[in-house]
Amino acid sequence: MKPGRLMRLTGLVRKEWLQVMRDPSSLAIALALPLVLLFIFGYGVSLDAKNVPIAVVVEQPGSQSNAFAASFFNTPYFQPHMMRSVQEAEEALKRAEVQGIVWLRSNFDADYLSRTSPPIGVIVNGVDANTARLVEGYVQGIWFGWLDKQAELSGTRLKPPLQLEQRIWFNPEVRSTDYLVPGVVAVVMTLIGSLLTALVIAREWERGTMETLLVTRISVFELLAGKLIPYFVLGMAGFFISLAMARFLFMVPIRGSLLLLVAVSALFLLVALGMGLAISTVFRSQFVAALVALVVTFLPAFLLSGFIFDIRSMPLVIQGITRIIAARYYVSMLQTLFLVGNVGFILLINSLYLLGMATIFLGLTYLKTGKRLD
Amino acid sequence: MPHQPTAQTLAAAPDFPSTSVEENKAVIEARGLEKGFMQAQKQVHALAGLHLNVGPRQVTGLIGPDGAGKTTFMRLCAGLLRPDAGKLQVLGLDTVRQTLEVQARIGYMPQRFGLYEDLSVQENMDLFANLHGVAHDRRAERYQRLMEMSGMEPFGKRLAGKLSGGMKQKLGLMCTLVRSPKLLLLDEPTVGVDPVSRRELWQIVYRLVEEEGVSVLLSTAYLDEAERCAEVALIHQGTILGQGSPASFRVKMQGRTWKLHSGAISSRRLQMRMLRHASILDALVLGSSLRVVTRQGIALKPGDLSEIDDLTITPLPPRFEDFFLAALRDDEEVLTPPAPLEITQELEQNTAHPVVQRPFVSQMDASSDASPAAATAIIQADKLVRRFGSFIAVDQVSFRVDRGEIFGLLGANGAGKTTTFRMLCGLLPISSGSCTVAGVNLRHAASAARAKIGYMAQKFSLYGNLSIMHNLHFFSSAYGLRGKHRSERIQWALDSFALKPFAEVPSQTLPLGYKQRLALAVALMHGPKVLFLDEPTSGVDPLARREFWQHINQLAEQGVTVLITTHFMEEAEYCDRLVIMAEGRVLAEGTPADMKREYGGHGEASMEDAFIGLIKASESKEVPT
Amino acid sequence: MIRRIRALLLKEFLAIFLDKASRMAIIVPPIIQLFVFGYAATFDLNRVRIAILNEDSGALSRELVSRFQGNSTFEIVAYLGSEQGIQSLIDNEKTLMVLRIDNACSRRVATGESCPVQVLIDGRNSNTAMLALNYVRAIVTDFNEDIMARQGKGMPARLAVQAWFNPNLESRWFIVPGIIALLGMIVTLVVTALSVAREREDGTFDQLLVTPLRPWEIMVGKSLPGLLVGLVEVSLIIALTVFWFRIPLHGNLLTLYPALVIYLLSVVGVGLMISSFSTTLQQALLGSILFIVPAVTLSGFTTPIANMPEWMQHLTVVNPMRYFLIVVRRVFLEGTEIHLLVHEIWPMALIAACTLSLATWLFRHRLH
Repeated sequence: MKPGRLMRLTGLVRKEWLQVMRDPSSLAIALALPLVLLFIFGYGVSLDAKNVPIAVVVEQPGSQSNAFAASFFNTPYFQPHMMRSVQEAEEALKRAEVQGIVWLRSNFDADYLSRTSPPIGVIVNGVDANTARLVEGYVQGIWFGWLDKQAELSGTRLKPPLQLEQRIWFNPEVRSTDYLVPGVVAVVMTLIGSLLTALVIAREWERGTMETLLVTRISVFELLAGKLIPYFVLGMAGFFISLAMARFLFMVPIRGSLLLLVAVSALFLLVALGMGLAISTVFRSQFVAALVALVVTFLPAFLLSGFIFDIRSMPLVIQGITRIIAARYYVSMLQTLFLVGNVGFILLINSLYLLGMATIFLGLTYLKTGKRLD
Repeated sequence: MPHQPTAQTLAAAPDFPSTSVEENKAVIEARGLEKGFMQAQKQVHALAGLHLNVGPRQVTGLIGPDGAGKTTFMRLCAGLLRPDAGKLQVLGLDTVRQTLEVQARIGYMPQRFGLYEDLSVQENMDLFANLHGVAHDRRAERYQRLMEMSGMEPFGKRLAGKLSGGMKQKLGLMCTLVRSPKLLLLDEPTVGVDPVSRRELWQIVYRLVEEEGVSVLLSTAYLDEAERCAEVALIHQGTILGQGSPASFRVKMQGRTWKLHSGAISSRRLQMRMLRHASILDALVLGSSLRVVTRQGIALKPGDLSEIDDLTITPLPPRFEDFFLAALRDDEEVLTPPAPLEITQELEQNTAHPVVQRPFVSQMDASSDASPAAATAIIQADKLVRRFGSFIAVDQVSFRVDRGEIFGLLGANGAGKTTTFRMLCGLLPISSGSCTVAGVNLRHAASAARAKIGYMAQKFSLYGNLSIMHNLHFFSSAYGLRGKHRSERIQWALDSFALKPFAEVPSQTLPLGYKQRLALAVALMHGPKVLFLDEPTSGVDPLARREFWQHINQLAEQGVTVLITTHFMEEAEYCDRLVIMAEGRVLAEGTPADMKREYGGHGEASMEDAFIGLIKASESKEVPT
Repeated sequence: MIRRIRALLLKEFLAIFLDKASRMAIIVPPIIQLFVFGYAATFDLNRVRIAILNEDSGALSRELVSRFQGNSTFEIVAYLGSEQGIQSLIDNEKTLMVLRIDNACSRRVATGESCPVQVLIDGRNSNTAMLALNYVRAIVTDFNEDIMARQGKGMPARLAVQAWFNPNLESRWFIVPGIIALLGMIVTLVVTALSVAREREDGTFDQLLVTPLRPWEIMVGKSLPGLLVGLVEVSLIIALTVFWFRIPLHGNLLTLYPALVIYLLSVVGVGLMISSFSTTLQQALLGSILFIVPAVTLSGFTTPIANMPEWMQHLTVVNPMRYFLIVVRRVFLEGTEIHLLVHEIWPMALIAACTLSLATWLFRHRLH
């Protein structure tokens, strides 16, 4: 180590730390933001449709129709409203009072008994396509259950040629919280890491302190290390808050190793800090740096990381773009470490990507930060 | 009170052994230095073949107007910029190849010294001690010495952001001096600093030179500071116009400086006439008389300028400032004074009080001699108080400003000038007391009342990305001007302030002097009766400041009441009356002459002497001994 | 008066559009967001990776596999010989699911028995898992019906599913109209919140206050640019939604625009409130983000409000975006008439009235 480096470095880190401690907005970004965001996303974003209001139209009550209609009452998925005519139900659908209609025509019982396979009309409101699909799936489930029960009652067993058995690994209860919350952790870490650091170097330029620092014997490496160390500590504090909330508030299981979870988070934090530093080195105004940080780090982490929208479903061009979004690699590792366990292959590949990105961003910052003003 | 350093503190000097060979060599040697920047897609030559030698163990002043290249040269010396051409050696080291070595030996204090405002005084010093690699066992001694020199000892725990402007500047200097540099570069260290702190800063600099043998290069736009340097280099448009001791410059101006006094007309009218005179280079109002500089080779004898009645001419000793002006203006043909500001007509239209006679030639002079009670009070502040939480920014301030007066609010940064000012303009609610402008409180007055005032804020505050034309259009509409009248006023603004060549340029890219003109034009477009000017000349170079004051004087001559705040002591001389404020209170009220007589000790004392005397007097009254 | 407001407006627009940075900030990000959201924000599955472990050697299982081969939603990544590789395939995300057909399947079906078909699916993304299962179930159900028809049997009853308003259940039809509400809010809020803060920071606000302009004139001058920029930007996005993304516009623009104006007004009020609290641009920006993030998350933009916990659903009633999202989606896809949207419009109008009057109050009391 060069002479005096340790002294300069500790001086810088101490300074940065004192500034953070005295500036409520940095502390708010690092510690309060994870709490608020996790809270809002954890509770506010859910893909589990429950208590969907639907209209159940039984035109001509009969034992079969009634039995079928009754099965909608015993499920948490639906909130059925019994109706007599399909016109009434369609009106309700148009008024957005119900999300779907199940329609048993007047000849349903007769046709069922005469084995002419009567149709059960199902109309869903397709505006929210995702919910519509889920509703469709639930109706199918109820239909299968009803068929089974009917067969049992008549003493036979329903024997469809193929009987589908499903095994949902890692999340048998299909709780969307389990997959969303790890993603939120990634969004939060992106925000803390890049927004905080995007502000700090720009702030030095804006307040004129950069010029004073540059004429001292400080080297670029020391300057950057002096910035990285305190915000790394702060970012990790934010991570532990998020982790605790995920585990104890939202009850997401942690199946992988805690140590690995911390390690990959530290690696991702380095990338996020690197992005923030690179941004604030290029744009020397806090305002612009904050805007750019939001647009190029936060939004992609939100949209293109696979946090809500599955990358596998995106058009190929967009999938290509997601390759340069650091958060996607982190989301993938988080979902795996939380829900699956230590999957060596996934951790290795994604870590390598993150390592590359950290090198690029920090290297870029190192090269762009000169000891001169021009 | 600072005491003389002991022998030990003297010995605790440079961290870097100095070889005797270097002792008498120039500490800075610049040969043909060139540096350009791209600004708004145009190449600007900040330095154009600059030659300079800076001698060791003395204070060398680098003096020049805004944009002369002072800061660029300082940054080049500090190794922060790379010269385009030429050679620059600092302490015998090349600034490009040996940057780190240079930086290890010099101290550099930029114009805006970047203190960490959320760190305390002590923490700031610790940080810079760490960055400069000062050994821990040396620190206590050094800190003590610096604290003693600057008188900052009681403030060690205070956050830097909570210090006054002068103290911040002193702290900046202390941080630069945590280890004794061989060369100290100070870029405009005294800008915006009150006179007391300014004197203290200079004392620190002198002691460094004497006791530690530090060489100092100091840039400044305050021309009176040139007199305090051992040597002065005059920089203009990126080249050095001259170098030598201040006395050597003064000698060149011998026989060209005079004091004029007319018993018949006011000094302001005299000034306007003198400025149009072919043999006069410069004319400054100095209370009731005028200080003029004549053109090269022209001497004034009693009986000259006979067109003015009752004129007495006395020779005055030259100042460095005179040379500065002469150097920049001698080449010009004849100084063209600003086009007359004819706003009289609008004044009549907007005037609610028909008592005022205009145009006043003799009435004005008569009224200034008459008892003030007879005149109409335009601005009146009565026991004005403004609190921010528990902090009292303005405390029981009372004064009155009469019609047609130029009234000054003087004081250091943080004295409460701007707060008082904003309350008068209705921009800030009053905590208690009252203030009226033309009989109404502007905060509650109907919008028509605001049409009678013109306002110019401390920093340039027009729409920066709008052009001059857009700004004029917008503000003329905001003031309710319309139709032909509006286009006439816009034309007037463009003509009177020579803004036409820049009419379509975004105003933020204008040079500072032009921004100032535009701001004044906007404040005057609607022909206000009262003009509020908040530190209108801060940061503006001497030439632009002179021009600005000529405008103001003309307005006052036409009966516009002007309330102006400033921390330039010499500008106080231009006011009819003024108050001096400190820590939110009015310390004194009166004419400049009164102040000088009373607090400066004698009638020939400068305004700065008076100010310092007053502050000292009020401090000794407060602190029980 | 009109003249003064006109001058203010002209100045605001010049200030926004003469500055390259703010011009870019208003035009470019919304367009990029529209396209990224439009294409990336989708819940529709395609190219679902599936591996097949077929232990049966009969024709029946081959036919089932060929149905998966022929379906464009699925992409078969591997045919497995044994169950050994399943674990690592799913763990490493090489495949989303494995379809396992029991040995002797063909034989059992031929004898009228049922044959179990197992689907092992990666539940890491539970939504993807659920949707993929629905697709598989649809194929298997179809297949069953065909087999039974061949055997001369029929299902006792069958489901005839149709989706109204979005027959192919494309989630883009859901997301893209939502972007209209999203970007309308962001642009209007940012323009309004930043314009006052910028003036404060530059000191021009004082200069404005000492002119004869009345506070309410300044208010109007500050509100209209946000509203107008928002309207123009939204109109552009509506055009792109219809002509580029080909989302059907069944309803009437005359239904949409009144609601849009009310919605934007409520956002303008929020923007003015933020700007009266902030003294710097940065504070205004932070304030806007603090409003936008929860407002978007709790609006039903990506996930339905009905899925939230009940207490959180109650919180959303003060969110103007929640109402406008419903309006814009229903007008676009359902062609809903204005009288059916009254219950969305009056809360927005109430919110607008509240935010605007609160902003006026704040504006008057925080002028310094």
